[in-house]
Amino acid sequence: MSVAEQSIAGAEARGHGFLASSVGRKVVMAATGVILFGFVTVHMIGNTQAYMGAETFNGYAKFLHSMLHGAGIWLFRGVLLAAVGLHIWAAVSLTLDNRAARPVGYRAQQPVASTWASRTMRWSGFILAAFIIYHLMHLTVGNVHPSFDPANPYANFVSGFKAPAAAGFYIVAQLCLGLHMWHGVWSTTQSLGLVHPRYDALRRTIATGLTVLVVGVNISFPIAVLTGFIH
Amino acid sequence: MSKHLNLTLHVWRQKNAKCDGKFVEYPAENISPDMSFLEMLDVVNEGLIRKGEEPITFDHDCREGICGQCGMVINGRPHGPKERTTTCQLHMRSFKDGDSITLEPWRAEAFPVLKDLMVDRGAFDRIIAAGGFISAPSGSPQDANALPVPKENADLAMDAAACIGCAACVAACPNASAMLFVSAKISHLGLLPQGQPERHIRVRDMVAQMDAEEFGTCTNHGECEAACPKGIKMENIARMNRDFIKASLTYRPATTSGGGAG
Repeated sequence: MSVAEQSIAGAEARGHGFLASSVGRKVVMAATGVILFGFVTVHMIGNTQAYMGAETFNGYAKFLHSMLHGAGIWLFRGVLLAAVGLHIWAAVSLTLDNRAARPVGYRAQQPVASTWASRTMRWSGFILAAFIIYHLMHLTVGNVHPSFDPANPYANFVSGFKAPAAAGFYIVAQLCLGLHMWHGVWSTTQSLGLVHPRYDALRRTIATGLTVLVVGVNISFPIAVLTGFIH
Repeated sequence: MSKHLNLTLHVWRQKNAKCDGKFVEYPAENISPDMSFLEMLDVVNEGLIRKGEEPITFDHDCREGICGQCGMVINGRPHGPKERTTTCQLHMRSFKDGDSITLEPWRAEAFPVLKDLMVDRGAFDRIIAAGGFISAPSGSPQDANALPVPKENADLAMDAAACIGCAACVAACPNASAMLFVSAKISHLGLLPQGQPERHIRVRDMVAQMDAEEFGTCTNHGECEAACPKGIKMENIARMNRDFIKASLTYRPATTSGGGAG
């Protein structure tokens, strides 16, 4: 078989499936990443109402549960669950391919351009997945919360963060979120092809700015409770 | 005359594609700093031949940085420590007397080691054969201004066409991804009018072939761009992704009939 015939045979064997292709799975990764970054940003903005007292915060929680006659929150949950599922599927499947692509490694590979954040995406992602499960059990379902009251989210928020171990895990998880977002937000523009030299510096600035904002405000919540600023 | 160097090489030796390999230590003595890296290996090999040992096998051809044949991972960096340099353009003045140098072949499932530092890069040939060409009959030369090309596109296409296919991008990528190479080929044709008719089928076929060769996928580390001796930019990968998305959204299944034409 000639080189050209081998190529065509290979291309046909692959079947041109978008979700089977490397670029297609990267697009899924990036698109679901946009949904998740959007969510954590909105989540952070909503939670700043903790600084406005119990009444405002509990009112916000009530609004979330009652919008669209209670269907709204399930709509959001459905979209988020699908996004998380697809994000993890793309990550696992691409990682397995990447591992298989280099079965024998180097004795000494010197990183030149990659960052600590880019090299630890799989670890930060894994910790975030574990954190999301814990976070839902802690402040949504309440089964790992010491004194959960479904009717009083503000009290759950305050008493939950009074345990230093819980607050510590939240802070660690937020730092992982920072690493994940800083590489992820920038990376998303690359994977979706939204790149132009005029906006290269801006892409980094947006990634850094969004990360610092989301992580900074999120970390402030447990610290504010531990220091007694929110009580 | 500048001082000559005495170095220690740790070289990956592997008899053939089927055997396991291992690192072997060789002294490289009395090396002129004016030598190229490959000339240094030539000197070491002459010594090995004189002793009746098997010389170290490595790929090389033009030795002036344009053929893309040479390439090895030198102390953990493809083509060595200098930016925008192929192994043959690397000079021994980049090293210090007493240095220890580790030499490894490109490492990728798609590039089986044939012998020592030489790998089979046939996977790149098959990717090119899958779509890295234009099939318009060229005919007799037309006037240079018959096909207007914006200056910017001509420059970008030329920058992408500078890719010599050495595969340092694959070697440098922590995922052994070939996306910088493939995207350079897609860009240099896709930015010019002659490349338009097959632009969408090209990106789909070349990506499919790239995947079939079992290269890894890009995680946007940027190691490829840093290792590339020709300075190919990651912007090309974004262009490939953009073209692939467009092509996948607008693709029509092939029909057996010839349509209404002719």
